[in-house]
Amino acid sequence: MRRPRPEAPDSSLIARLHAAWRKAAETANLSVGVPDYATYVRHRETTHPGEPVMSYAEFFRERQDARYGSAANPRCC
Amino acid sequence: MNTLASRVGWTALSIFGAACLAVVALRRGETINAMWLIAASGSVFVLGYRFYSRYLADVALKIDPKRATPAVLRNDGLDYVPTDRSVLFGHHFAAIAGAGPLVGPVLAAQMGYLPGTLWILVGVVFAGAVQDFVILFLSTRRDARGLGDMIRTELGPVAGGVAMGGILMITIMLIAVLALIVVKALAESPWGLFTVAATIPIALFMGVYSRYLRPGKVGEVSLIGVALLIASVLLGGQVAADPAWAAAFTHDGKTLTWMLIGYGFAASVLPVWLLLAPRDYLSTFLKIGTIAVLAVAILISAPELKMPALTRFIDGSGPVWAGPLFPFLFITIACGAVSGFHAMVSSGTTPKMLASESHARPIGYGSMLMEAAVAVMALTAACILEPGIYFAMNAPAAVLGSTAESAATAIANWGFVVTPELLTQTAKDIGETTILSRAGGAPTLAVGMAQILHHLVPGIASMAFWYHYAILFEALFILTTIDAGTRIGRFMIQDFIGSLYAPMKNTRSWLANGVATTLCVSGWGWFLYQGVTDPLGGINSLWPLFGIANQMLAGIALIFATVVLIKMKRERYVWIVAVPMVWLLICTLTAGYLKVFSANPRIGFLAHADKFGSALAKGELLAPAKSIGQMQQIVLNDRIDASLALLFMSVVVIVFVLAVRTALASWRSRVPTAIEAPYVSIDDAPAAA
Repeated sequence: MRRPRPEAPDSSLIARLHAAWRKAAETANLSVGVPDYATYVRHRETTHPGEPVMSYAEFFRERQDARYGSAANPRCC
Repeated sequence: MNTLASRVGWTALSIFGAACLAVVALRRGETINAMWLIAASGSVFVLGYRFYSRYLADVALKIDPKRATPAVLRNDGLDYVPTDRSVLFGHHFAAIAGAGPLVGPVLAAQMGYLPGTLWILVGVVFAGAVQDFVILFLSTRRDARGLGDMIRTELGPVAGGVAMGGILMITIMLIAVLALIVVKALAESPWGLFTVAATIPIALFMGVYSRYLRPGKVGEVSLIGVALLIASVLLGGQVAADPAWAAAFTHDGKTLTWMLIGYGFAASVLPVWLLLAPRDYLSTFLKIGTIAVLAVAILISAPELKMPALTRFIDGSGPVWAGPLFPFLFITIACGAVSGFHAMVSSGTTPKMLASESHARPIGYGSMLMEAAVAVMALTAACILEPGIYFAMNAPAAVLGSTAESAATAIANWGFVVTPELLTQTAKDIGETTILSRAGGAPTLAVGMAQILHHLVPGIASMAFWYHYAILFEALFILTTIDAGTRIGRFMIQDFIGSLYAPMKNTRSWLANGVATTLCVSGWGWFLYQGVTDPLGGINSLWPLFGIANQMLAGIALIFATVVLIKMKRERYVWIVAVPMVWLLICTLTAGYLKVFSANPRIGFLAHADKFGSALAKGELLAPAKSIGQMQQIVLNDRIDASLALLFMSVVVIVFVLAVRTALASWRSRVPTAIEAPYVSIDDAPAAA
C-alpha cells in the first residue's frame, strides 16, 4: 500500500518480466506462510530504527512457528 | 462512447452466457461438449463479479477505501502486513482450495451434470462468495478477529461458546471424511500407497534441508521435492510390477486406517519444520500447479460429456449416496458452492494482510469464484467418463458384487451400458487390478484427469502415470489437511478443556499436548474406522454428515453476518445474507432430520439401526454383516451417527434462536449497535513502510 514506488516505472520487457517473477515468488512464499522479508526489514528500519532486525533464517523460523503454532491459521477441506 | 461500448459488451456477454446455459440445461438425449458448460460457468462468474459483487461492495456493505485496515494500523512486518492485492489473492485462494471442491461435484455427478452445475453456479454467486466476502469485510472491521471470537462479541458468550464447540466437531468430522477418501484411494493399490508413503521421507529430507542446509530456501527445496515426487510416481510402477515389493505395499482399508491414525498422531507432535511445513510446501504448489494444468488441458482438449444431463437417480435411489435431490444435492456439493470452513479462513490470516477495504471484493468474492471454477472442472472430469465406468467406481461392493461381470450386470440394470471387458481394460490402463467400488471421488477424478491429460499429450506418459500422479496430488494435500487439522483440533481442545482446567491450556506441556492430540486423533480415527469397515462404503454415511456440518457452519457464519448488518442499521440490505442463510438452514435441517428419522433404512440412521437391531433380536444375520459382532457394530454406528446429526442440528438452532433475540433488539434500536474497531482514516494512519 504505502510502499515507496520507483520514480519512473521502467517499462522495458526485461524489467516487467522481472517484476512479474518477483510477484509470483512473493505469492508462492506467502501461500506457505512466509511473507516478504524485504518488506519486514524496511518496516523495522523505518518504524523501529536502531532496534535489532531478524536475519532471514531467524525470520523464516519465526514465521514457520507462527503458521503452525496456533489454531488461528485454518485451511479448508 | 466508452459507456456505450461497455454496455454493448456486457449485454453481449449476458446473451452469450444465457445461450450456453440454455444448451447445458435443455439438450437431451445427445452428448454435449464440455465447452458449453465451461463457457456458461465463465460467463456467470464474470457477470456475478461485475454486477452482484459490486452491488454488495458499493451499496449493501458500503466498503470504505478511506478507512484504515488492521494491516495498516497494526503493521508489524510479520502477521499484519499491507499486502499487494494479487499476492494476497493467491494466498487466500491457496488457503481455501482443497479436496472439498474436487470430491463433492464428483459424487454429485450420479444425478447427471445439470443439477450439480446449477447449484455450483447459483450457490457461489449468491451464497458462497457472498459469505467469504462479507466475513472478510466484517473481520477487517474488527481487528481481524476470528469467527468464534466475533460471534461471542456480537451475539453473546453462549452463542460464541456453542459456535466454537460446533467448529471443533466439524473439524474432527472433516478430518475423518478426508482420511476416508485417502484410505479408499490407496487400499489394495501398491503403486498408490508406495508413492504416497514416499512423500514422508521426501518431506523429512526437505525439512532438514530447509532448516539446516539452506535455511528458508522454500522455492529451491520445493523444486527438489517435486522432482523426487515425480520420480516416486515412476518408481511406484516398478514396485507394483514386482510381486514381492507389491505385496509389501498392498494393504486393506483397516490396516491403512491404523497406519493413518499413527501417522496423524506422530505428525501433530513432531516439530513442524520436520514434516508438516515441507509437506505443506509440496501440497500447496502441487495443488495450484495441477489445477492450472487441468484447466488448460480441459480448454485445449474440449472433451464430450458422456454423462446425461439428468439421470434417473434424482429420485434418491442412487448407488453412490442415498437421498433425493432436495435436500441432499445441496449438502453433497459443499465446497465449490458454499463452504462454512471458508468463514474461518476469511477471518484468519487474510484480514490481517488486507491493504485496503476495497480489496475485500476481489479477494473474498473473487477467490471463491475461482474455487467454483475448480468445482466445475472436477464435475467435468467426472462426466467425461463413460457413465458405466463412473458407477462401477463409485457404487459399493454390496450392490456391484466383486467381479467385472457382476458389476456390468448390475450397471446394465440401471440402464447404463458397460462391458466387463471395458472395466477390466480400464483397470489395466491405469495400472490397477480393479476399479470397482473405489468410492470417495478421488479415484474417479484421477481417471478423468488421466484421460484428459493422456489424450492431450499421449507421447509423454502412460495413463497409469497420470492416474497415480492425480492420486498422489489429492492424497498429498489431504494428508496435509490431516496433519494441520489435527494440530488445529488439538489447540481447540486445549483451549476448550483449558477453560475448565487451566493446566490443559499450556501448549508447551508434553502431557497436555499428548492428551489433547490423543482426544483429537481418537475422535476422527473412530469415524474413519467406522467408515472403512462400513459395508456400504462409508462415504454413504460420512459424506452427508460432513456436508451437513460444513453447510451448517456456513449457516452460522451467515446468521452472524445477518445480525451484524441489522446492528449496523443496514436492514434494507439484510437479504443479501439472510436469503442464503435461510436456504442453508432449510437444506441442512431437512437433510439432518431425514438422516436421523427417515423411515427408509437407506437414508435414516435410526431406521437402519432398527432394521439391523430387529434382525439381531431374531438371531439373523443381514448382509453384508458376517457376524453378530458386526451386526452390533452397525447398530451402534448408526446410533452415534444419528446423535451427531442431532447435535449439529441443535448447535445451529441454538445459535439461530439467540441471534433472533439480538437481531430484534438491534432492529428496535435507533442507532447502530455493531461493535466495530474505531474508525481511523488512512490519512491519519501511521505512515509505515
